[in-house]
Amino acid sequence: MTSSAKTNFLVVSSSPHIKAAGSVSRIMWDVNLALIPAAIAAVYFFGLPALRTIVITVISCVVFEAALQKLFGKRITISDGSAVVTGVLLAYNLPPTAPWWMAIVGGFVAMFLGKHLYGGLGNNPFNPALVSRVVLLVAWPSFMTTFPAPLGGKGGADAISTATPLNLLKTDMDMGLHLRNSASVPLSDLFVGNVAGSLGEVSALALLLGAIYLLMRKVISWHIPVSYMGTVVIFSGIYWIIDPTAYASPAFHLFAGGLMLGALFMATDMVTTPMTGRGMLIFGVGCGLLTMIIRFYGGYPEGVSFSILFMNALTPLIDKFTKPKVLGEVKK
Amino acid sequence: MSGLREFTKGIWEVNPLLKLVLGMCPALAVTTSAENGVGMGLAATFVLVCSNVIISMMRKIIPKKVRIPVFIVVIASFVTIVDLVMHGFFIELYKSLGLFIPLIVVNCIILGRAEAFASRNGVFYSLLDGLGMGLGFTLALLVLGSIREIIGNGTIFGIMVMGASYEKFLIMILPPGAFVTLGLLLGLMNKIEMNKK
Repeated sequence: MTSSAKTNFLVVSSSPHIKAAGSVSRIMWDVNLALIPAAIAAVYFFGLPALRTIVITVISCVVFEAALQKLFGKRITISDGSAVVTGVLLAYNLPPTAPWWMAIVGGFVAMFLGKHLYGGLGNNPFNPALVSRVVLLVAWPSFMTTFPAPLGGKGGADAISTATPLNLLKTDMDMGLHLRNSASVPLSDLFVGNVAGSLGEVSALALLLGAIYLLMRKVISWHIPVSYMGTVVIFSGIYWIIDPTAYASPAFHLFAGGLMLGALFMATDMVTTPMTGRGMLIFGVGCGLLTMIIRFYGGYPEGVSFSILFMNALTPLIDKFTKPKVLGEVKK
Repeated sequence: MSGLREFTKGIWEVNPLLKLVLGMCPALAVTTSAENGVGMGLAATFVLVCSNVIISMMRKIIPKKVRIPVFIVVIASFVTIVDLVMHGFFIELYKSLGLFIPLIVVNCIILGRAEAFASRNGVFYSLLDGLGMGLGFTLALLVLGSIREIIGNGTIFGIMVMGASYEKFLIMILPPGAFVTLGLLLGLMNKIEMNKK
């Protein structure tokens, strides 16, 4: 297309006339690059089991993508990197010591139930990695909620299972009106990632580094991360101001659990989120509200994956109401 | 009109669950195991056959305007029989099906066949229609229940098939598994039909 446009000065075509050089594979490999700091942090804090889990889910996703595309008679597009992104994101949502077979099943669920059942990349209404995470969480709750302590943590040794900061908070809130154990988690540990949790969600610092790169490359826009995190800060801030002894601070809610990973990398997936800036803001606020409602009142300690999936389902509706008016269109 | 056709159409061609998508509530709720699926299917079949026969016999004397209440009374009578018999003789199945036995009264397959078939056709054909539809429903529930039980619990009819070290894929016997399995089965049915043409 570009070469013919250069030679033919008179080209008659419909809009858009100016095209960016971007492509699906450029975007996907950019996302992969942006996810590397979190992988390094995960291996630093959890050791080789973390690397093993990432490798298994990535291979599983790529293999199942190829197999399903062959089965459904589609062109095999594993080199575009989208299956790799799903694999990495899925690994980031699993405990570092997830059993190998669970990682493989997760890859299959993501690719089959999350993606190719709907027709492949661009047609899936839900984020495949999150679909897979939630399926695994409901199917094997014990394996999905057994977290090893980080290597540099208080335990010192790996394979000692421990509670995540949000688990502590949930227990504190269920027990009564005072924060006991969750208050003992230093904010610096939460920010750097020296806490128990899913493989790639622990280090807010590493995730932020990756997200800044994506923002600079214009792969993601600021709307969803800012509105998502802003809602969480305001929501938890109101509770915290009313009673700081009973509710965790906004900073705790911002850096604990999967919020950073969700807001920066999962809720910004182009396929499953609204198209317009206004729509993205609504999407982010919705995710933030649902996350906080689940954290405060839900049965699960963490609600990021559920809230993003829920808002994914609302995306077509949001798009319908926020689509800008076409020039010359008369309002009905 | 051939009797054989009236009997076989319900098994594949217009399978109540997988083609007409009727009776979704029991299909999704009770198929946590193959046994529950068959139990529910047979109970519904009994009610369907009996109500089809009775309604077909009474079709000329039921006033058009009150036909639905009359159908419901007939269906409810047979559901009461099923309920009491199950309570008396199959107490385990009765406990696991629970509320869904009385709910057979409002199963749309049964009312649907009464309205669409039994109230317009003779007793013999209505009997065959009820049997075929019931069998189709039972088979569909058996397939749905088997898939969910094998993957979700590692067993079929309570017999271990996946080995002792199998980690149960719990989501399949929970409500989401019902929707996923039914959706995949419907898709598969459509695919097979498309390939036929």
